[in-house]
Amino acid sequence: MIAFVLQRLLQGIAVMLVVGFIAFSLFNFVGDPVSLMLPPEATQADREAMRQSLGLDKPFYKQFATFVENAVQGNFGISLRLGRPVSTLLVERLPATLELAMTAALIALAAGIPIGVYTALRRDSWFARFLLTTSLVGVSLPNFLIGIFLILIFAVWLGVLPSFGRGDTVALGAWTTGFLTTTGLKALILPAVTLSFFPLTLIMRLVRAEMLEVLRTDYIKFARARGLSDRAVHFRHALKNTLVPVITIAGLQLGGIIAFAIITEQVFQWPGMGLLFIQAVQFADIPVMAAYLCLIGLIFVVINLVVDMLYYLVDPRLRAERAAGGGH
Amino acid sequence: MPQEIGFGTTAGVQAPPPGAFRRFLQGDIFHAFKRSPLTITASLIFLTIVVAALFAPWVAPHNPFDLRTLNLLDAFTPPSWSDRGNPTYLLGTDDQGRDVISAIIFGSRMSLVIGLAATVLAMILGVTLGLLSGYVGGKLDAFIMRVADVQLSFPAILIALLIDGLARASLPKEMHDTLAVYVLILAIAAAGWVNYARTVRGSTLVERNKEYVQAARVIGRHPLAIMFAHVLPNVLGPVLVIATLQIGAAIITESSLSFLGVGVPPTQPSLGTLIRIGNDFLFSGEWWITVFPGAALVILVLSINVLGDWLRDALNPRLR
Repeated sequence: MIAFVLQRLLQGIAVMLVVGFIAFSLFNFVGDPVSLMLPPEATQADREAMRQSLGLDKPFYKQFATFVENAVQGNFGISLRLGRPVSTLLVERLPATLELAMTAALIALAAGIPIGVYTALRRDSWFARFLLTTSLVGVSLPNFLIGIFLILIFAVWLGVLPSFGRGDTVALGAWTTGFLTTTGLKALILPAVTLSFFPLTLIMRLVRAEMLEVLRTDYIKFARARGLSDRAVHFRHALKNTLVPVITIAGLQLGGIIAFAIITEQVFQWPGMGLLFIQAVQFADIPVMAAYLCLIGLIFVVINLVVDMLYYLVDPRLRAERAAGGGH
Repeated sequence: MPQEIGFGTTAGVQAPPPGAFRRFLQGDIFHAFKRSPLTITASLIFLTIVVAALFAPWVAPHNPFDLRTLNLLDAFTPPSWSDRGNPTYLLGTDDQGRDVISAIIFGSRMSLVIGLAATVLAMILGVTLGLLSGYVGGKLDAFIMRVADVQLSFPAILIALLIDGLARASLPKEMHDTLAVYVLILAIAAAGWVNYARTVRGSTLVERNKEYVQAARVIGRHPLAIMFAHVLPNVLGPVLVIATLQIGAAIITESSLSFLGVGVPPTQPSLGTLIRIGNDFLFSGEWWITVFPGAALVILVLSINVLGDWLRDALNPRLR
């Protein structure tokens, strides 16, 4: 177990170094950082002084080492557009994105699993077919269009829900939350539903496919032969075994949700990291782009690591394989 | 229908026996096609959009980019069937008096061109890397596959955004505006090559041990010639299926980027740009400026996905 965790940890660090290297190259080779930071009337001596203070006169690998050292401490320099430290900006925006992503993930699980089970058990009913067709349409709908249509219906025509911003927030130390106010909760509904749409269809299709697979196995036939009720067979025996791959995919989707939040945040002007990033891309604000890239990379690596370990804990076969392969 | 001719000509490239088209009409694929009303509907819709996009300057009732024909007094005309509607503008006009349906026709042309070009470029990139990876093996294989693994754990839209941001930061402003379309195609292609590379690598690993490859090696053909002249035709089948399914995804990525304001410039709008423009007027009640381009995008992507699904099933021998 320890060897497995260590191996995955090393892999994760390697991926982070690659991501960090890309971010570092962005910093140093795209455009000239010196001319970006200095006013146009700066003299040659100013430039040299700036180069030295930034460490740009040092050899390449030393620069990279300095970058990694700073990045680990959360120091990504100053935003070119907003003139404030990038780390402060990201920390301010992080709670909004995480609350949105978590709510969307919960909606996707809470709705996706029951719908998946239903469409598998009542395979031939018209309602199950309808749900399945809807999910196909859902895959063909770009995320931002779902958001726009929801805004049109619920904010413009019906006027029942707000269409932009986060509502009132409450500060809990460094963390600002919208969960504790009515306006905050209302503002969360539309963006969270929009963001949950794609993972929901995915989880639903996955649960359906796994469930159909499991229902064909021998132990389910045996459970039926024992005279167990449908309810016991479906939920105690079948569903439990379909949930292992669902956990994995749902975990991996969480990273995707955080990345896709960029689009949802733009549609609803949600003040999260995604909105910050998209503005950084529009204005070529390299420090913000590099920092966001590293942060998203870190989130993905951590999620992958946790999912791998969960899988290892949940599936005994993986453990047995390792033990047999390990020898002594 | 042009689509059938398309299939006929691909068959003709490999071996041109007389009546390849007739054999196609009697073959399994066309049989499967005839029996699925959904597929027929989807292909008709797709063809209509493609023809309209190809002949946009003649099909569109107005030229939305000809400033002389625009009349600001006509701005914000609702669709023709509503009270204030004007029969000249079937689906209404936008904030500058541009005819919405004409803008949609020109916009779907842009979306189709970028989607197709990005898919083809991703296919070329992915197939080449996959062939090299599978045939040469060793360190090159390990390197390409590690890169693919890392890239696969990030969503395509993020990678495309990053490449676009990179181009924006390194190119001067005017140059970026003229190159925007190419940058976009490159960004979407670079985000999508992994699927092809993995599939091709897998089938190449199988093919490289077959007798015909060994024979070619024995007579001393150059490895590149073996890869592209002998192995490639035998691994191409699944690639075409992936490509069909990827066109829809590429169009969605393009429209998302354009919606985010980092795609094509507003002077050559795609469907995503049109939706972005219309989004500003959603609250003042001019819903048609957004909703119709949005609906066009959904119909386009949906018809392509239905065709892709059908092609995958029709070419899959296990499902016959």
